[in-house]
Amino acid sequence: MEVDEEMEVDENVKKVMFVMRKAPHGSIYSYEGLETVLITAAYEQDMTMVFIGDGVFALVKGQDTTDIGIKGFIKTYGALEHYDVEKIYVDRVSMEERGLAADDFAIDVEVKEAEEIAAIMEEQHATIPY
Amino acid sequence: MLHMVNKSPFTSSAMDEAARIAAKGAPILLIEDGVYAARAGTSYEPKLAEIIKDHPVYALAPDLKARAVGKLIDGVTQVDYAGFVDLVEKDKTHSWL
Repeated sequence: MEVDEEMEVDENVKKVMFVMRKAPHGSIYSYEGLETVLITAAYEQDMTMVFIGDGVFALVKGQDTTDIGIKGFIKTYGALEHYDVEKIYVDRVSMEERGLAADDFAIDVEVKEAEEIAAIMEEQHATIPY
Repeated sequence: MLHMVNKSPFTSSAMDEAARIAAKGAPILLIEDGVYAARAGTSYEPKLAEIIKDHPVYALAPDLKARAVGKLIDGVTQVDYAGFVDLVEKDKTHSWL
């Protein structure tokens, strides 16, 4: 098994993928997911984030939550690179269905096809839904 | 990887997204309100019929029974709790909540 070979290389580093599927302000999931990514990244794990469905709305630049009385967290995404979280993927179909393009996002992302996302999911030690 | 869906396809995009992203051949297990996707004669049936071509689809029998889901779309396999455990222990899982 591929996974076993990898674990022999460094059994302390796990491949963990966070699957982000919720819009940012209607529930706490999106924010909690980001927080959890940052916490997990502090343990130097091999992290991936993928944004699918309404999850892609979390990355849209220009969000201003001042008038809905909550603290926005779009700026927090900027911290990901400092935690070496560099594998940030967006599902192309979800993005296009919502009238978005890669330059609408506040951070650099890689736009991926469903088949590519599936293959990356299969490689993970764990996938965490948010 | 086993993909688990616990939301009705009539209120949530979870089933559609799971089916679209899941690797070809990866099994999908419907639990809780997810089992409504398996009901024959709904507007979702054509979609599920397409999904079944690429993925084995299982539905948890106690959840079907509790909801009186009735006749299932051809090709859906019912599993009891023991069957659920068999599926889960075979592979990694992802829940589309």
